Amino acid sequence: MRTIQLLFFFLFSTVIWSQYSIDGIITDENGLPLKGAHVHIANKTTSTLPNGAFLLEKIPTGKQRLYISFIGYQPIDTVIVVSQNLTLNYQMVLDITKLNEIALFQLRKNSSVSVVEEQIAKATIEQYSNQTLGDALKEVAGVSILKTGSTIVKPVINGLHSSRIPIINNNVRMEDQQWGTEHAPNFDVNSAGKITVIKGASALQYGGDAIGGLVLIESEVVKKDTLFGRTIANFASNGRGGSISSSIHKGNRLGWSWNVVGTLKHLGDRETPDYMLSNTGNREQNFSGSTQYNAENYSIGGMYSFYNAQIGILKAAHIGNVTDLYNAITTQQPFVVDPFTYSIDNPKQEVQHHLGKVNFKKWLSESATLDMQYAFQFNNRLEYDVRRNSENKKASLDLQLATHTLLVDYKKTFDHWQLKTGANLGYQNNFANPQTGVRPLIPSYQKIDLGTYAIGTYNIDNSMVLEGGLRYDFSTIEATKYYLKSRWEERGYDDEFSHFIVGEEGNQWLTKPKFDYHNLTGNLGFRKQFHHELEWYSNVSLASRNPNPSELFSDGLHHSTGQVELGDLRLEREQSFKFSNTLKKDWKKTNLSVTPFINRIANFIYLQPIGFETTIRGAFPVWEFKQTEALLTGIDVNFNWDVTQAFSYKSNFAYVNGENLTENQPLIDMPPVTWNQKLVYSNPKWYDFTASLQSELVFRQTRFPDYNFETNIVVNNELEPVIVDISSSPAGYHLLHLYGEMTFNLGKNNKITTALFIQNLTNTAYRDYLNRQRFYADEMGRNIQLQIKYNF
Amino acid sequence: MKNNLKFLALFLSTSLVFTSCSNDDAPVNEEEVITTVIVTLTNGGNTITLTSKDLDGDGPNAPEVTVSGDLIAGTTYTGSTRFLNELEDPAEEITDEVEEEGAEHQVFYQLLSSLGTVTYTDTDVDGRPIGLSFTLTTGSTAGTGNLTVTLRHEPNKTASGVASGDITNAGGSTDAQVTFPIQVVTD
Repeated sequence: MRTIQLLFFFLFSTVIWSQYSIDGIITDENGLPLKGAHVHIANKTTSTLPNGAFLLEKIPTGKQRLYISFIGYQPIDTVIVVSQNLTLNYQMVLDITKLNEIALFQLRKNSSVSVVEEQIAKATIEQYSNQTLGDALKEVAGVSILKTGSTIVKPVINGLHSSRIPIINNNVRMEDQQWGTEHAPNFDVNSAGKITVIKGASALQYGGDAIGGLVLIESEVVKKDTLFGRTIANFASNGRGGSISSSIHKGNRLGWSWNVVGTLKHLGDRETPDYMLSNTGNREQNFSGSTQYNAENYSIGGMYSFYNAQIGILKAAHIGNVTDLYNAITTQQPFVVDPFTYSIDNPKQEVQHHLGKVNFKKWLSESATLDMQYAFQFNNRLEYDVRRNSENKKASLDLQLATHTLLVDYKKTFDHWQLKTGANLGYQNNFANPQTGVRPLIPSYQKIDLGTYAIGTYNIDNSMVLEGGLRYDFSTIEATKYYLKSRWEERGYDDEFSHFIVGEEGNQWLTKPKFDYHNLTGNLGFRKQFHHELEWYSNVSLASRNPNPSELFSDGLHHSTGQVELGDLRLEREQSFKFSNTLKKDWKKTNLSVTPFINRIANFIYLQPIGFETTIRGAFPVWEFKQTEALLTGIDVNFNWDVTQAFSYKSNFAYVNGENLTENQPLIDMPPVTWNQKLVYSNPKWYDFTASLQSELVFRQTRFPDYNFETNIVVNNELEPVIVDISSSPAGYHLLHLYGEMTFNLGKNNKITTALFIQNLTNTAYRDYLNRQRFYADEMGRNIQLQIKYNF
Repeated sequence: MKNNLKFLALFLSTSLVFTSCSNDDAPVNEEEVITTVIVTLTNGGNTITLTSKDLDGDGPNAPEVTVSGDLIAGTTYTGSTRFLNELEDPAEEITDEVEEEGAEHQVFYQLLSSLGTVTYTDTDVDGRPIGLSFTLTTGSTAGTGNLTVTLRHEPNKTASGVASGDITNAGGSTDAQVTFPIQVVTD
C-alpha cells in the first residue's frame, strides 16, 4: 500500500526549485469528511476542517515527510517529493486491531448465539502443529478423540463422531469420507487460523445434520495492510521425525490479500514404552492458498487446498481371522514387532483431498450482505492391504469422491434483530474403482442435496438475545452395487428391495438402491446476561441425519480392520433432540462454565459386534450397523483461575452417559469420564517464558454393553470353544504432559520461539477404550517434541 | 474481476474432468480369492479326499466341507493339498503360486497326536518345508477329531518349531484356514 502511494507521488512530482502549497481533503472509510485529523508535512502542521479540508503552505521543495493521523485509523507515514502545488485527498483506513480492543464484544461474529462456542487459540493450534486436528480439538471440554492407532484421529463431541460432526473448512463442508471410524479428517492443522467447536446442531446455516456438533475452521484473516510469515519446525522423538510448516500472509483492508501455507510431515514407526508399533509411520504433504480482493462494498475470493497423506496401519492390527483376534486380546501383546523403520508397508492408507472454491460477497447496504460460494472437492482414498500375492501392489480400496456445492447466503440486520437465510445445492459422485480386484465396501453412488434455512436473532434488550431457526433439506441418493446373492438373502432383502435389482452377474445381483429424504430441522434458544458476571445460554435443537453410504451399503470383509461390516438398506434417518444449557460465571480471578446436556436420539445408528462368519480364511468377527433409541446425557465443566500474576490453573471435566434404551443397556463406544488440568506459569520478563504441566486423567469406562461371542479356535491341535472378549474396556490411565516455550525477538517483526513439549512424561503404558486398535497394542509412549517457530 | 472469472472457469472445467469418470457398472473381478481347499490322502489304492468349498468368498455362507471316507489306524498316507479359485472358469490353480513363492508360504496341519502325525515332504528354495506335500501317519487306535489346515502367508519360517509344523510361532497372515472332521477306524 505504502509503496503504491509513494509511486503515486513520484509520478506526479516534477522537480522545481521553489516552495509550494499542499491542500486536500481527508475522509473516513465511508468517504465522509474527517474533522480534526492531524496533518504534518515537513515542519508544518495543521488539523482538518469540518469538511475534511486542510491547507499547508510554504512547503520546501524536495523529499518531505508526510504524516496524517486520526484516532482509530491507521496513520499515514510516508515520504513525498514536492516539486509543485499538490492536492492530496486521502481516505483513512480503520485500524482494526485498535477497534478490536474496544469493541470486541459487539464485533463478535457468532454462528450461534444460544450455544457457547469454544475456540481453540492459534497458540494451541501451533502446539499441535506436528499432530492432527483431532489432537488440537481435544483441548476443549467435552471433546474426546476416536483413534485408529496413533495417527488416525477423529474428534468426538459429547460422545458422537464421524458423520455426526461436519467439519466446515472456510465455509466449505468437508466431504472427505468421514463415514468410517478409521477415516481421519483430511485437513492440515497448520492451515487453520482459528478453530471453533459448536456442540450440537444449532448452527443451521451449515446443515441440519450436525447431531454431534460442528467444527468450524477458518484461515488466518488479516485485515491490516501487512505482510508476515511463519515457519514452524517440529522434531519428535517418538516416530523419530517431524514436520515443517511455512506460511505467508498478506493482509489488506482494501485490495488484494492472500495466504499461502505449506506443510511437510515425515515420521517413522511410533513406539510404546515396551515395543515398537510396527508400520505406524506417516507422511503428509499439504498446501493451501487463498486470495481475496476487498473493495468498498464487495469482496471476491478464491481458495485451493491440497491434503496428501500416507498413513501406515499397525502391522499387528492386521488380523487374519478370529483366532488372531482372540490371541491378541488374551495375550495383550502385538503379534509382530519389527525394528524401527521409516518405511511404510502394507497395510496403509493413501488419501488425497483437493478443495477449491470461489466466493463473492456483496454489501447490499450498511446492514445487508449477500454471499455466494461455489466449492469443488475431490477426495481419493486408497487402502492397501497385505495381499496373498506380494507382487500385487494394487490398492484394495479405491474410492473417488467428487462434490460440488453452491451456497447463497443473505444476512440483514435490523434495529433489534438479525436475519440470516440461504440455500445450498450439492451434487456428489462417488466412484468405487472396480480395478482393485476386491469387492468395495462402499459402492459407486450419486447424491443430490438441496437445502434452505432461515435464522432469526432478536435482541430483546442489552442483556437478552433470542434465536430461532428452521431448515429444510432434501437429499436423494442412488447407488450402483453388486450384492452377493447369498448376502442379499442373508440380509433378507428379497421381499422389500427386489425392485432395486436391475441385473445378474454370476453369483451376484446388480442393484440400484435409491433413497429420498426430506428433513425438517430447527432450533430455538436464548442468551441472558445477569449483570456482567453471569451468563445463561439455553438451546433446544432438532437435527436429522440421513444414513451414510457406509451404514447403508457396507457388506463384507473390511480388510484393514479384519472384520466383516454389514450395512442395512432398512436404516432410517437419525433424529436428535438436544437440550443444552450453559452457565458462565466470572469472578475477579476465576471463571466457571458448566454445560449440562441431554440428547435424545431416535434411530441412533451404531456398529455392533454380532458374532462371526466362517469363510475359507477362518472365522471373522461380524459387526453390523444397527439402529436403536438412544439417550445421551452429560456435563462439561470448565474452570479457570488466575492464581497469581505468574501462575494460572485451568481445568476441564467431561462426562457422558450413553444409554441404549431399546436394549436397556449402555451404548457402545461412549467416551469415559475425563478430567484435564493444567498449571501454567508465565514470566514475560524472561523471554516470554511459559511453562505448563498438564494432567490428563481418563477413567475406566465402566458402562459398556456385553457383545462378547463364542467361537471355536484351535488350541493344542484341537478345536475348543472360547469367548472372544471384544467388549471390556481397558483400565483408566493418568498422563502428564509438560510444555515450555521462550520467545526471542530478533528485530522489529522477527522473533523466534522455541518450545519443548513432552507428552506422556512418565512413559505410561496404557490403552484407550476409544481406540479401534486397543485389542492389538498399547498407545504411544513418551514423546519429546522440540518446536522452533520463526515469525517474520 | 476478470481474473476471478477465469478462476471460476478453471474450477468448473477441472470438476468436469474429475466427474467424467462415470459410474462403471462392471462387477469387480475378484482376485486372490481362495474358494476351495482339497486335501488328498493316498495309501495304495485307497484315496480319501477332504474338500472345503466356499463359493461366496467373504459372503455369509459357510464353506461346504466334505470328507470322502474314514482313515485307517496305523497307516501312512501320502498327502497333498491344493488351493483353488473356482470362481474363475476354468478354476485357477493357486497351488502353483504358493509353490513358486514357497519361501513366503507354509501350510500347517493340526490334529490330535493320538489321531495322527504329519511330516512335511517338500521344501522351498531355502530347504524349508512348504507343506503342499506331506505324509500323515495315523495313530494305532480309533478315534474322532478335526484336522485343521492353515495356509499362512509370510510366516516366520525360522521360528522355533515352525519347520516341524508347529504353527504357534509362525506369525504371518492367514490366507486359508479350514477344519475337516475326521474319523480314524481300526481295520
